[in-house]
Amino acid sequence: MSRGSVPVVRLPLPLSAEILLARGTAGLSRVLGTGGGTTVPGKLLWKLDPGAVDRLAARLPHGSALVSATNGKTTTAAMVARILGPSRRLAHNHSGANLVSGVASALLAARDADLGLFEVDEAALPEVARRLRPRALSLGNLFRDQLDRYGELELLAERWRETARELPPEATLVVNGDDPQVGDLARERPGSTVFGLDDPRHASTELQHAADSKWCVRCGTPYAYSAAYIGHLGDYRCEACGHRRPPLDVLARAIELNGLESVSFELVTPEGTRRVDLAVPGLYNVYNALAAASLARALGSSVDSIQAGLQGFSAAFGRFERIAIGDRSLLVLLIKNPAGANEVVRTLVAGGAPRLLLVALNDEIADGRDVSWIWDVDFEPLLEGLDRLIAGGERAAELALRFKYAGLPADAIEVIPSLEEGLDRALALMSPGSELVALPTYTAMLGLRDLVGRRGFVKPYWEEAA
Amino acid sequence: MKIVVGHLFPDYLNIYADRGNMAVLDRRAAWRGHELEVRPLGPGAEIRPGEHDLYYVGGGQDREQELIAPALAAMGDALREAVAGGAAALAVCGGYQLLGRFYRDQSGDELPGARLLPLHTVAGKQRMIGDVLLECELEPGKKRTLAGFENHAGRTHLDDGAEPLGRVLAGFGNDGASGHEGCRAGRVIGTYLHGPLLPRNPWLADWLLSQALAHRTGELPKLEPLPDELEAEAHAVSAARARSRGGRY
Repeated sequence: MSRGSVPVVRLPLPLSAEILLARGTAGLSRVLGTGGGTTVPGKLLWKLDPGAVDRLAARLPHGSALVSATNGKTTTAAMVARILGPSRRLAHNHSGANLVSGVASALLAARDADLGLFEVDEAALPEVARRLRPRALSLGNLFRDQLDRYGELELLAERWRETARELPPEATLVVNGDDPQVGDLARERPGSTVFGLDDPRHASTELQHAADSKWCVRCGTPYAYSAAYIGHLGDYRCEACGHRRPPLDVLARAIELNGLESVSFELVTPEGTRRVDLAVPGLYNVYNALAAASLARALGSSVDSIQAGLQGFSAAFGRFERIAIGDRSLLVLLIKNPAGANEVVRTLVAGGAPRLLLVALNDEIADGRDVSWIWDVDFEPLLEGLDRLIAGGERAAELALRFKYAGLPADAIEVIPSLEEGLDRALALMSPGSELVALPTYTAMLGLRDLVGRRGFVKPYWEEAA
Repeated sequence: MKIVVGHLFPDYLNIYADRGNMAVLDRRAAWRGHELEVRPLGPGAEIRPGEHDLYYVGGGQDREQELIAPALAAMGDALREAVAGGAAALAVCGGYQLLGRFYRDQSGDELPGARLLPLHTVAGKQRMIGDVLLECELEPGKKRTLAGFENHAGRTHLDDGAEPLGRVLAGFGNDGASGHEGCRAGRVIGTYLHGPLLPRNPWLADWLLSQALAHRTGELPKLEPLPDELEAEAHAVSAARARSRGGRY
């Protein structure tokens, strides 16, 4: 080396300095009013040193557990958090920031956590799993969702297959056996936990329009369903090659649906059977509860603590959330894809379909820029008894067309793109003591929550406990 | 008047809200006193030329397209005869590709097409995804726009002299390079636009209904106008999206 030349060495910041710097930005993000700081610190850490995420996760004494699915990620993870709450200090991305940056932010925020619990975006799962080396992974379902972002379903399923193959050998894989593509992942991995429903009384005989994986994953023949529960989820078999639902390890039977209020079922596990009364409604929440129970079981929870946790669960962020607004209340049900929205509709109708409805359709990246999915939702059952629709959000007119061509008279539809004006109009139409049902897409849900937050009816999401 | 629609492979090709297109055709026919009867044509169905006034083929994912391409191609002769007899057709996205000569995927494998449209499609690496806006002139001197959303890996190449459905004002179109979108051959229309296509572009729904009625009655009908304020608003929002964020290289 000649005199005067200085070797260029990039001095890595110590992890602790990176953490301090990144954490500081969360406060800044809130002070600036730009959000909850749920992704900004993680994004900064990510920029500073992508490997820091791996090292932060490796510090957790009890490791990490991941939850992914098209529908039910946030609720399933919130249920697991409730089950584990008494015994673990969690790092948990409870407000749904589920890309690598959201996971990194949750790791940064939970200083003394001993277990990581993360819901993970379907497309981000391969990378998050590679970095976190989870000890348990729950895969719930794959439905058509945001094809503009994820591409086709088959590609996603193939990436999940690779992720399952590359899990650490000691990790537990939990899969929904009722979803043909997801359930098939258990075949390659002995010791996987398979969950599903076993109550054909609640099955429909026909597949819904939004059913996706209708063809045998091996030979392409249409599956025969002895029970179809939600979309293509059910008890299927291929009459050509014999591919069928794998045997269930954790299942729900004797399900009692109680309209908009609740659902109860018998939870059957290898360690015992318990009756579970959930305070959230619908078959889809039974699936979420089964995924949560299976994952908690993989993390060492007893059947009794699983039962207690599930029964103590109320609602996850923006999913079936009731907010009191003076003498009225607002019921927020997130809609984001056909299969999920169909279940929201089915549950609403079972509880007595509303006469006034606020539906808000945005088309930001987080909602999906392609709004064609609303035409695949079975909104029709809501039309009976519906007097007035407030169509809101950036694509309010498109939504209005969906209902117009479903048969709702045009004079029963009000197009109000502004969320604030739409909410106020709906509240003005309500009688005291009544409840407004709102079906927003993701960013519209954030917008509505922000509105009622500014009016003092709900805490900002970053201040809420998990 | 009854209009009979042959809906090709509805169980397989339905990914981008194709039933929205069907709902629009159904209602707009009913509001003019006509009845739309939709007959699903699945694997093994026989096409009897003259029976259907309008054919519809929707979009599917690669797997679904692979499953039905040979069956659809085998219907090609009968479909061409039906169209030569005056039947109309609308094909969207995957269905559009399958009405050409062939679709070649990334591994070089070819799916056969039904040969209703003078084109072929070759899969590219980068998907073309985004809002899109076209200017069409189906009837000379009558320029109208179509607004929709595209999401395709295939690059569709029209034969020399073939007529595109429209000129791309914003978005990728057939191949991201030619400035053309879709293909029109007489009463047969193929396009990548979903969203779905017809609710926010009701003029095209009415054009298709008119062609179907002409096939049935022998003369082009005069459809009475409908109050389309909501449709116009949805079109305007979609068109603005294409202008502000439509796909480009």
